[in-house]
Amino acid sequence: MAEQVGRRPHVRPITSEWIFRHPRYLRYMVREFSCLFIGAWTLMLVCALGRLSEGPEAWAKFLEGLKNPFIVAFHLVALAFAVYHSTTWFQLTPKALPVQLGEKFLPDGVIAGAHFAAWAVLSAAILYYAGAF
Amino acid sequence: MGERTVEFEVLRYNPEKDREPHFQRYSVKCREEWVVLDALNHIKETIDPTLSYRWSCHMAVCGSCGMMVNGEPKLACKSFLRDYPGLIRVEPLRHFPVERDLVTVIDDFVAKLARVKPYLIPKPGAPEAATGEYQQTPAQLKRYKQFTLCINCMLCYAACPEYGLIPNYIGPAALSLAHRWNEDSRDGGRAQRQEELAATEGAWECSFVGACSEVCPEHVDPAAAIQQIKIKSTIDWYKEHLMPWLNK
Amino acid sequence: MPHCELSFATGSMETVSADVAIIGAGGAGLRAAIAIAQADPKLRIALVSKVYPMRSHTCAAEGGAAGVIKADDSLDHHFNDTVGGGDWLSDQDAVDYFIREAPKELVQLEHWGCPWSREPNGSVAVRPFGGMKKQRTWFAADKSGFHILHTLFQTSLQFPSIQRFDEFYATELLKEDGRIAGFTAIEMRSGQMRRFDARAVVICGGGAGRIFPFTTNGAIKTGDGMALAYRAGVPLKDMEFVQYHPTGLPSTGTLLTEACRGEGGVLVNKNGRRFLQDYGMGPETPLGQPVLKTMELGPRDRVSQAFWQEQKKGNMIPTQWGDAMLLDMRHLGEAKINERLPLVRDMSISYMGVDPVTDPVPVRPVVHYMMGGIHTDIKAATPVLGLFAAGECACVSINGANRLGSNSLTELLVFGRRAGLSALEYLQSGARAAGEAALGAAANDAQGRVRELMQRSGGKETVAGLRKEMMHTMELNAGIYRTSEGLVDACSKLADLRRRYRAIELHDKTNVYNTDLLQALELGSMLDCAEAVAQSALARKESRGAHQRLDFVDRDDRQFLRHSMAYFDSAASPRIDYLDVVITKSQPGVRDYSGGHE
Repeated sequence: MAEQVGRRPHVRPITSEWIFRHPRYLRYMVREFSCLFIGAWTLMLVCALGRLSEGPEAWAKFLEGLKNPFIVAFHLVALAFAVYHSTTWFQLTPKALPVQLGEKFLPDGVIAGAHFAAWAVLSAAILYYAGAF
Repeated sequence: MGERTVEFEVLRYNPEKDREPHFQRYSVKCREEWVVLDALNHIKETIDPTLSYRWSCHMAVCGSCGMMVNGEPKLACKSFLRDYPGLIRVEPLRHFPVERDLVTVIDDFVAKLARVKPYLIPKPGAPEAATGEYQQTPAQLKRYKQFTLCINCMLCYAACPEYGLIPNYIGPAALSLAHRWNEDSRDGGRAQRQEELAATEGAWECSFVGACSEVCPEHVDPAAAIQQIKIKSTIDWYKEHLMPWLNK
Repeated sequence: MPHCELSFATGSMETVSADVAIIGAGGAGLRAAIAIAQADPKLRIALVSKVYPMRSHTCAAEGGAAGVIKADDSLDHHFNDTVGGGDWLSDQDAVDYFIREAPKELVQLEHWGCPWSREPNGSVAVRPFGGMKKQRTWFAADKSGFHILHTLFQTSLQFPSIQRFDEFYATELLKEDGRIAGFTAIEMRSGQMRRFDARAVVICGGGAGRIFPFTTNGAIKTGDGMALAYRAGVPLKDMEFVQYHPTGLPSTGTLLTEACRGEGGVLVNKNGRRFLQDYGMGPETPLGQPVLKTMELGPRDRVSQAFWQEQKKGNMIPTQWGDAMLLDMRHLGEAKINERLPLVRDMSISYMGVDPVTDPVPVRPVVHYMMGGIHTDIKAATPVLGLFAAGECACVSINGANRLGSNSLTELLVFGRRAGLSALEYLQSGARAAGEAALGAAANDAQGRVRELMQRSGGKETVAGLRKEMMHTMELNAGIYRTSEGLVDACSKLADLRRRYRAIELHDKTNVYNTDLLQALELGSMLDCAEAVAQSALARKESRGAHQRLDFVDRDDRQFLRHSMAYFDSAASPRIDYLDVVITKSQPGVRDYSGGHE
């Protein structure tokens, strides 16, 4: 087989600068990054369950600990990330679940809207039973 | 609409002369309504005939002229100079090896397209061509129509960071094309395409960055196709493993 | 699994051995390959193209493909429309074959998955098209050619016996004892010459619209397939018949499909008048209710000629790119335009800044299609044994002096298949392979010619310079209306350009993907084709179909009911000879596109 005289295809290296090449990539990484906070919060939830099972004293101590300003800040940031993640998730859901009615498709807004509505209802229900109002 | 002098910075690479790619500047007198391709043609005709690039139809249907224009994957024939007030940097499509100047090596893409069996695999009991038309209602056509519009321009591969980081990933256009056939009412080949689609480098490599759909000039929405593949694959998997009696 | 063998012949040129090679991988080439692969999976097929198949210009065709399918239509109607549309220069035996095969091919395409637009009950939809008495144009929105090409390309992928050689530019055919033996081709990415050995070769290289400056044709339409056969001794037939499509964008030349008018769009001059009624295509039909075969649904040659006449009267709209007429589709409504003409809307907005939903779009006639090409018989065979041709590069002839819109996409399928089967039959009849020594020598000579061009120094001509001069003389002298003086001028200019071509010096003398060399070779093809056009036009002293002479305004069936045959001469202008047209059922009549016809 003749060597491909003269050819020398050049492969351009990939570096992590791709994240900053366009806002859409940064937004994607923020969305993915949210998993760290959500994961951490989940661990905290597991700890909470553990403390709860150890009795009222342990539970009360845990609740005191939550008032730490760093812990509060963490919760606020985690909530922001969770909201961002959920919002983007619902906005993308219509892409994965197209609903065809005859020759038309249900508008994206309807499908996403239904998800947001369900989210609002469930959140309200949980807050109600938690005694928030 | 008149004329304007536009500064271009074009990536050049001739393996027989250059150790590495480098940028070359051109100052081009352009008509206002031109696209980047018109400017490249003008450069080649009047300034530098050694510049190599692919193009043909000049109407965004042949898919030849995909390039990076100021860092974004674009068709050169649909990148209007009026949208770029300053310097215009033109580079070969990202994530593909550079053969020469703006020409990339697209063997990987072409091979991947073929791997998903992108042709009609008839259902058992499908009518023969000799018996007449193979009917399909407008609604059935609508189901998969948008996924037929792919012009194979590879802008989605250039935009996809997964493909950039994981070259084995089969990629958005190949997956959309598989989905196009899977959703065609006349096709019965989903099972045969499943191996490629459900593989690690198949649909599951996608983490829904969504850049592919954003840059697609034909609004194929490959990201949507891939998520739909994921859902269908998952349902198939559950059916196969938890309800095997369905598969006799 | 059959596989084309690669080997080293004596010397260093790598050789590919196949049973049949197809040059050009557009609609016709792909259809030919599939036909052979299906009929005999053991044959090794080399599908060779200078571009990847999906870039072939078939992708730009928009309107649709004609085939009799609806109950109100008949094969006779399609026959008569085509023969009349061709101004009786079509070979009627070929047209008869064509119209019969057409519906079968279109149905086959449907079974391969082509996404034809549909009627509510699921059957294929058809739309009105120019010069056709009944609706028979199958369509896929306004990207019919695109969908046909991609369906064929994707279908071809399931045949392992079709081996593709993408981005290989064929330079010369090789013959032995008057029969085809193969060809040489440059592997563009490496610049290396390869020899392709094949006992049968099918040329599907497309047309040569790029010899004109304003054309719907893409960059690749440079007549290379025509030139290959022409230089190998096959005459180019009816080259003077060049079709102007009435509705191209003035800025880019790109196409707005005839379907714009099929769906009801109208053409007006600067006074808002639907001027076609003044040129034998009236009376004016109601807005939005086109009547087949009249007014805006007249044949392309008549509509383009009407533009030219109207322009002479000063009734056209001046734009910065020249005069234009207006294509008004506002009355179709946004929903219909989005559903049936989405590409048209996108292109008008992007390239002209005009939205057809709210404003009329400036358009003008641009070169679109070449009725003429490589002379073949009704089975797609050229006079050279083992050499076949199909598609726009060939001339059977079914299109005669003027092609009806939507006949050419069908032509790719019908004659692509026919050429493939003819090649197969030829091989089965015991075609012998050529001798190695002769082939090796011929290939080395071919390589030498390209090397000479590449290494030439001291030349004072450039590719771009000669190309521009060629385009200028073609536009000026071989356009919609021609005169004796103009054509004589064009002929002498083109002969001169062919001479000066030998003095081209390339700026790029490297090997890897050298597009300076590629464009130089393409220019060589274009100059040869252009000269065939001009000389054939000069010799045809009549007006017929798309060939209109201001000095011979009438059709002359006594002298010219014959095909022009241009024979290549490397050192001089082509010799023009004639071949009788095959007339079977339809005697030459009057082409009547007025509303009064039956």
